[in-house]
Amino acid sequence: MENIRHVINITDLSVDEINELIEMAKDIIAHPEEYRELCRYKKLATLFFEPSTRTRLSFEAAMLELGGSVLGFSSADSSSAAKGESVSDTIQTVGCYADIIAMRHPKEGAPIAAKQRSTIPIINAGDGGHFHPTQTLTDLLTISREKGRLSDMTIGFCGDLQFGRTVHSLIDAMLRYDNIKFVLISPEELKVPEYVRDHLIEKGVEWKEVYTMEEVMPELDILYMTRVQRERFFNEEDYVRLKDTYILDMEKLKTAKEDLSILHPLPRVNEISVAVDSDPRACYFRQVLNGKYIRMALILRLLGIR
Amino acid sequence: MNVDGVKTGIVLDHIKAGKSREIYNYLGLDKLDCAIAMLQNVSSTKYGKKDIIKIDSDIALDFDVLGYIDSNITVNIVKDGKLVEKLHMELPETLTDVLKCKNPRCITSVEQEITHIFKLSDRKKRIYRCAYCDAELKG
Repeated sequence: MENIRHVINITDLSVDEINELIEMAKDIIAHPEEYRELCRYKKLATLFFEPSTRTRLSFEAAMLELGGSVLGFSSADSSSAAKGESVSDTIQTVGCYADIIAMRHPKEGAPIAAKQRSTIPIINAGDGGHFHPTQTLTDLLTISREKGRLSDMTIGFCGDLQFGRTVHSLIDAMLRYDNIKFVLISPEELKVPEYVRDHLIEKGVEWKEVYTMEEVMPELDILYMTRVQRERFFNEEDYVRLKDTYILDMEKLKTAKEDLSILHPLPRVNEISVAVDSDPRACYFRQVLNGKYIRMALILRLLGIR
Repeated sequence: MNVDGVKTGIVLDHIKAGKSREIYNYLGLDKLDCAIAMLQNVSSTKYGKKDIIKIDSDIALDFDVLGYIDSNITVNIVKDGKLVEKLHMELPETLTDVLKCKNPRCITSVEQEITHIFKLSDRKKRIYRCAYCDAELKG
């Protein structure tokens, strides 16, 4: 079981491997017909111990486009976890039926427990508020496609930077590329955790924390929006004041660069005005599509097909 | 105060004063049927005061536990009344099934019979993190 490759965290992949996956995803986009049969007779098990329609459908669409099949469950209620079965036992059982697993679990570290006894590769499709590596790969592919590079840019993260796992993971991933400047836009209550700040300091990169997106908008090449969540606030007034601050609309975009790229891991609530959707700088729905392509590349890689 | 030396067994020396009870519990010494002496607040030229545990039996010790609780401990192995080995403890890289993660969102909070693992993430600050959820080990 030692030589089976799993992807639990983005750091399980080297920069070279990430770059290869991005290139493969771009090749899939350019030549989809060459990939249509590569996973014929292969099966992907989507084990979703908590519901996530978007990520599950993305994995399933990825496998189907590679000519493979999918099986699995979409909530713990419809799995044997409801009968009290351990994650480890479920994984060993599924290993008898499928060739690769994409799993989401509400508990942090569940895929690490799962991989210890797994006979087939596991892709972490999210474990609580911990890791979500395929979202980060999606973000990297999107940046690469929109900008034509993954270095030399200023990237702004806006909203809930404390609890947003996609933000922490993307910061860690982008710290491995050259000449990236980080601008962290959040209320005092939702600043990045200390360990993320430590990573930025350790790497010696240029970074700053600000309270409004207006003051930094002209500097940004990428604006990564996240949702400010009501339940994180102790004071309702603070929430209302701050949530309005972080609504991106056409007015706020007036000072932005012409080639700004706006990303969002979705789902969106109200933090990006619907009017922004038709602006060519809005990338978040293209980002969803990129998620399918990068997952196709990852499946191929972990199955040893490409 | 004098306590007889062990003939064949183990002497844990240079335990930080007041820590011997914790070590006694972690090592499960209460389950042994050999003679055990726990000396507290013994004068020490090096530390001022120290604790000592003498175990009158050649048992297998979990050095990781000892190193985690107090990396200054010296383990003296005695055979036939003679000191045959002197071991110095250090902070272990991994702690396996010594402590449990207290993060209620961690998979270890719900899985039966899972191995509890902590990894040393910062030797200077003595910080361990859960191998599953990365939560910092506290207490």
